Amino acid sequence: MTVVLVASWALITAGAVLALTGALGLFRLPDFYTRTHAASITDSAGASLLLLGLLLQAESFAVGIRLLLIMLFLLFTSPTAAHALAQAALKDGLKPVLGRAARR
Amino acid sequence: MIASGYNYWMAMALLIVGLYILMSHANMVKKLLGLSVFQMAVFMLYISLGKVRFGTAPILDSSITVYSHPLPHVLILTAIVVGIATTALGLALVVRIHEAYGTTDEDEALALDRKPDAP
Amino acid sequence: MIGNVILVDIALFAILLAAALGIAHTRSLYSAAMLAGLFSLTCASLFVVQDAVDVAFTEAAVGAGMSTVLFLGTLALTHSRERVTPPTRRVPALLVAVGTGVLLIYASLDLPPYADPANPVQQHPLTERYLQTSQQEIGVPNVVTAVLASYRGFDTLGEVAVIFTAGVAVLMLLGRLRGNAAGSPGTAPAGGLQGEHRVLRVVAKLLMPFILLFALYVQFHGDFGPGGGFQAGVIFAAGIVLYTLVFGLGHARAVVTPGILRMLLPLGLLLYAGVGVATLLLGGAFLDYNALSPQDPVQGQHLGILLVEAGVGITVAAAMILLFYAFAGRGARS
Repeated sequence: MTVVLVASWALITAGAVLALTGALGLFRLPDFYTRTHAASITDSAGASLLLLGLLLQAESFAVGIRLLLIMLFLLFTSPTAAHALAQAALKDGLKPVLGRAARR
Repeated sequence: MIASGYNYWMAMALLIVGLYILMSHANMVKKLLGLSVFQMAVFMLYISLGKVRFGTAPILDSSITVYSHPLPHVLILTAIVVGIATTALGLALVVRIHEAYGTTDEDEALALDRKPDAP
Repeated sequence: MIGNVILVDIALFAILLAAALGIAHTRSLYSAAMLAGLFSLTCASLFVVQDAVDVAFTEAAVGAGMSTVLFLGTLALTHSRERVTPPTRRVPALLVAVGTGVLLIYASLDLPPYADPANPVQQHPLTERYLQTSQQEIGVPNVVTAVLASYRGFDTLGEVAVIFTAGVAVLMLLGRLRGNAAGSPGTAPAGGLQGEHRVLRVVAKLLMPFILLFALYVQFHGDFGPGGGFQAGVIFAAGIVLYTLVFGLGHARAVVTPGILRMLLPLGLLLYAGVGVATLLLGGAFLDYNALSPQDPVQGQHLGILLVEAGVGITVAAAMILLFYAFAGRGARS
């Protein structure tokens, strides 16, 4: 079953890399909205890939179904949280940095 | 020396930071946050006392022989819930103090108290 | 010696220390409250690494959930920035804190090494009783639930009394609504979100049944896995808090009425103490569940633990929801 193991570790590494990318984006991106997008990558894509990688290594059906449910609920809630954050900022009057100013 | 007892150092470091926040800041909400940091440092100390190397959570299973000790978990479970009760009550008091004095700063509230027309 | 776990411990501790120093340094209290939520969640991860899964569950639900909500509610009602701390407060505090820490670290040099199986606490006969004999006496796989609800049930009764007292005290402090906001929908600071927040409303409606069902699952599954009354009560309250935040305090008070909650708050405590009195009347000691079923003591223990955890869950859920209502309703003045 080493193919499954290799695939699992590849997915876990990809998820970790995406999480790190999200953290990096939180520092380097210029604007609130772009930073929110970076942070939401960690929550949704990074966590989903990690959970898929763990799913391939799950010992039993019970563990596997739990991981699937966690991933399902995470995919529901993380994008919604990022959406809520961005919408609250927009409603508060924070304008996104566009055009020439964003390419500093 | 450090390597065998590093969990104590971790808990004590957080305890120092929590105590500093609690004592140095005058803002009451910040004090409650410092109290919560302090409490969690104490929880970490207790939980680390119960851990056994290569043990697992104390949920009995026929295939496992080494378990971590369940008693600190029980005590800290109680302590966490009591902690939130304390925090909630403290925050309610802060809200009432703000309504009476107009400030959540301890020094300003005490100064207002010393005046003859104290609320 | 300790293995690779030390790397995980050090990494998590670095996050904790950074979060704590951030709380100390920042003057914006909203940032401090969010950092405290981060601190709680990382503490929960550290507890999982140290095999305390029940505790991690409770810490994540309570610390990262309810506590953050209550802090944000308070900050919405009061000021959200603090003034600069003068050195006259900082320097003595630093000296006292560092002095206390140094003394404690010096004392901790005498404590047993970390995670050693030969520690005095692991060799004590009580450990044997809890981990081995509890299987014959109580028969519940989750030893933490067995100890919490049966072996040390009296402590847990006191703890439920503490939650009840905190609920009553906060109701006395913040319960009286000022102005005319008793029940009018959408006037509270947690006012209902309207049309442009369709995504939030739909997702909240989708998630609510799962959150409440999960709370019930955690309540009844506490015998076999991590869980129990406290975690279930807090998760249930978190579901109601989500509903309140999205649909408004007025709608939430119509669905989960404060009158019913005020009746449920003492009901859990009465259930717990009532089980104790019932065992007294049936001939055993206070909270001795063996008396509940004399032919089969293990069944009696199971029944006792079920009733007692139900009492805990009811009081904790009612208390947490009432606490949130008290803070959320305070800002609704005329």
